[in-house]
Amino acid sequence: MLDSVIPIALGLVTAAVAMSFWRLMCGPSMPDRILALDTLYINTIALLMLLGIHLGSALFFEAALLIALMGFIGTVALCKYLLRGDIIE
Amino acid sequence: MLEYLLSFLILTGATLTFIGSLGLLRLKDFYMRLHGPTKATTLGVGSLLIASALFFSSRNAGISLHEILITVFLVITAPVSAHLLAKAALHLNLHSFAKMPVKSTKGEEGADDDAMDTQTPEEKSSSSDTHVPRKPV
Repeated sequence: MLDSVIPIALGLVTAAVAMSFWRLMCGPSMPDRILALDTLYINTIALLMLLGIHLGSALFFEAALLIALMGFIGTVALCKYLLRGDIIE
Repeated sequence: MLEYLLSFLILTGATLTFIGSLGLLRLKDFYMRLHGPTKATTLGVGSLLIASALFFSSRNAGISLHEILITVFLVITAPVSAHLLAKAALHLNLHSFAKMPVKSTKGEEGADDDAMDTQTPEEKSSSSDTHVPRKPV
């Protein structure tokens, strides 16, 4: 059961990654691109979780935690840049 | 029994993640696009992380707490980043399909409507432009 469900879920999450990457490439405004980047790293965390279940390895959690941390810092820095024109005042 | 629960959680999480990114791709307006992934993706990744925690807790002897850490971090940071994105979009005066609020004084109502009508085609023509000046309320 689990072996047949995980490839379907991997396909769905990969399609989600592709769609957010498309919005990142052709988003009409800057906040659209930042939102697409935010969605892209959250989708990457989902993909890493699925791969960890599929391979039975617990090594992916640290990578997912690092991606979550760095992605949030990147989103906040880009939004601050759009709001103020400067990141560290 | 646990396998069915895990399969249900994984399918739900992957479908919600897919729906969130579909909303990001297909909706018309930045504010609608902000609505899609910030809710659906957080819920989808949350259920995937719950499935992963159940899987590794049943496989190993102890309870695995890494997923709880990632879930707590995502749940805390997602509203903050959505709030900052909305603030940046309002700062840049992005084009919105929602109607502007109209001043509700009696005498100037017709004049206000005319002003709104003359402004609307300009906004529509430059829908992809980021610096459309908004009419002050």
